[in-house]
Amino acid sequence: MAKNPHAQADGNYSTVRELIAESAVTQLTTKRVRERVIEIFLFLAALSSIGITLGIVGILLYESKQFFEHVSIIDFLTDTQWTVLFADPHYGIMPLVTGTIVTSAVALIVALPLGTTIAIYLSEYANSRVREILKPMLELLSAVPTVVFGYFALLFVTPLLQRIFPDLPGFNMLSAGIVIGIMIIPYVSSLSEDAMKAVPVHIREGSYAMGATRLQTAVRVLIPSAFSGIASAYVLGFSRAVGETMIVAVAAGTQPNLTLNPMEGAATITAFIVQVSLGDLPHGTVAYQSIFAAGLTLMVMTLAFNIAGYFLRKRFREIY
Amino acid sequence: MKATYSDIQARVARRKTMDGIFAVVGLLSTFIGMITLTALIFDLATDGAGRLTWQFFTSFPSRFPNQAGILSAWVGTTLVMLVTALTAVPMGVAAGVYLEEYAPQNWLTALIEINIANLAGVPSIIYGLMALGLFVYQFHLGHSILTAGLTLALLILPIVIVATRESVRAVPGSMREAAYALGATKWQTTKDHVLPYSTGGILTGVIIALSRAIGETAPLITIGALTFIAFLPGSPIKTEFPFISFEWLTSPFTVMPIQMFNWVSRPQREFHFNAAAAGLVLMVMTLAMNGIAIYIRYRFRKRIKW
Repeated sequence: MAKNPHAQADGNYSTVRELIAESAVTQLTTKRVRERVIEIFLFLAALSSIGITLGIVGILLYESKQFFEHVSIIDFLTDTQWTVLFADPHYGIMPLVTGTIVTSAVALIVALPLGTTIAIYLSEYANSRVREILKPMLELLSAVPTVVFGYFALLFVTPLLQRIFPDLPGFNMLSAGIVIGIMIIPYVSSLSEDAMKAVPVHIREGSYAMGATRLQTAVRVLIPSAFSGIASAYVLGFSRAVGETMIVAVAAGTQPNLTLNPMEGAATITAFIVQVSLGDLPHGTVAYQSIFAAGLTLMVMTLAFNIAGYFLRKRFREIY
Repeated sequence: MKATYSDIQARVARRKTMDGIFAVVGLLSTFIGMITLTALIFDLATDGAGRLTWQFFTSFPSRFPNQAGILSAWVGTTLVMLVTALTAVPMGVAAGVYLEEYAPQNWLTALIEINIANLAGVPSIIYGLMALGLFVYQFHLGHSILTAGLTLALLILPIVIVATRESVRAVPGSMREAAYALGATKWQTTKDHVLPYSTGGILTGVIIALSRAIGETAPLITIGALTFIAFLPGSPIKTEFPFISFEWLTSPFTVMPIQMFNWVSRPQREFHFNAAAAGLVLMVMTLAMNGIAIYIRYRFRKRIKW
C-alpha cells in the first residue's frame, strides 16, 4: 500500500480503492472531453458543406454586382450580341443562353428516351445477372473524362454526321449535344430505375393479374407511380447537360451565335467562361467580372429548372 | 361493337409481340452506350497508339508535335490528386459519420442534408469560378497546385459524404449495441467497429470520386491552370534538412485533361494524335480506377454477411 507513489505524494492514507475510483473519474472526464471535441470536429466537417454553398453564392453575387455596375441588367438581358473581348463590347447574354439551351435540348432528346427505355428494360425485363453486368458497364460512360468526349465529338461524331449532312460545319451544336446526351444516359437511367424499383410489388402484380403485359405495366402503371423519381432523374440530367463544359468548348466552337439551329456552331455559357479563362485576363476588369455574371446566369437556369422539378414532383407524388 | 374471341386473341398476340419487341429495343438501347464506349476507345487507340512511347511520358510539351510529351501533365495530375485526396477524404468521411451517427434531428441537420444533395447538382465550372474568386483572389493562394487540389476536393466532397453515409448506414445496429454494452463510448464504437465495417463502401466511393476528379478540366482552366508548362514543380523530398518541402504546393501546373484539351484545340492533325494518346492514358487511368472500385465493392459485399 505504501508503495503507491500517489498515496505517498498526497501524504494521506487513502485506500487503493479510493484511488482507483478517483482515477476512473478523471479518466471518465477526459474521455467525455475527448468525445465532445471529436463530435465538434465532425460537426464542423459537416457544416463546411454549407460553407461551400455560401462561398459559391457569395462570390457569384459579389463579382456580378460589380459587373452590373458597368452594364445595365436590361442590356444584359436584351442585347443580342456578346462581344466582351472586342474593342466595342456588347454584353447581351442571349446568344450564350440560346447556345446552352440548344445543346442541352439535343442532349435531352437523346438521353431521355434512351435513359427511360434502359431503365424500364433493366428494372422490368433483365434478370439479375444481366443487370449486374450491364449496369456497371453503363455507369462507365459517366466516368469518361469529358474532354475525351469532346475529342470524340469533334473528330469522330462530327465527321460521321457530315456524311449525312454535307453542309454541317466542323464546329456544331448537334454533335456536341448528341455526345452530351450519351454521357448523361447513366444519370437518367439509373435514377429512373431506382424509382421504378421502389414501386411496391403488389401494384405490379395487380396489373399483371388484369392480364397486362410487362410493357403495358411499365407504361401505364410504373411510370405514373414512379413519376416523381423519374422527374428527379430528368432534372439531374438537365443540370448535367447545362453545366457540361469541355464537350461544347471543344466541339461546338467558341463563337457566340444567336440561333436555335443545332446545325450551326455556337458558344455556350460554359464555353465562354473557359475561353476567357484561357486568356490571361486581369483581375477586376469588366471582362473578368463578366464570367461571374455568366456563371450566375447558369446557376439561375439550373436553379429554376430544379424548382420547377420540385413542384412537378410534389404535384405528382404518389404515397404508398 | 362486340369483341369476338378471335378479336381478343389477336389483341393479346399483338400485345405480346409489342412486349417482345420492347425487350429487344431495351437491350439495344443499353448497347448504344457500350457501342459508344467501344467506338471511343477504338478511335483514341487508332489515332494515339502510335504516339505512346517512353519518350511521350518523359517529355515536356513542345511546338513540335512529335517531340511533345505529357511529363508536366501527369506529374501535375498526381500532385493535384494528392492534395484533393488528403483534403476530401478526411472531411467527407467526418461529415458522413457525423450525419449518420451523431446528428440530432433538427432543422440544421435537414439544411446540411438538402445542401449536400443540391451541391451534387452544381455544374463543376461554378466551383471553378468560386475558387477563382475565393482561393485565388481573396486568400491569395495563386494559380497553384494547392488551389487546384482544394477546388477538386470541394467538388468531390458530396460524393465522398454520400458514399460514407450509405456504407455507415449499412452497418447493423446490433454491432453498435454490442459495443455500447461493453462500455465503449460513441467515438470508440464508431472508430473501432462501424468504420472498419464500412471501409469497403467508403473506399469504393473515394476511388470513384477521385476518378471523376482526374478527368475534371473546366474548373482547373477557370482557376488559371497553364496549358504550356516546361518545368516540374519543386521536389517534395530534399537532400538537406528538413528533407521535405512544400514548395510544390504553390507551383503553377497543368494536368492531363488540360494538356489534351490544348492539343485537341489546335488545327494541326499531328497534335490531334498527341491528344488521342493523352486521352488514351487518361481513359486507362479512369477505367482502371473504376475497375478497382467495382472489384472492392464486390469483394466486400461477398465477405461480410450480417
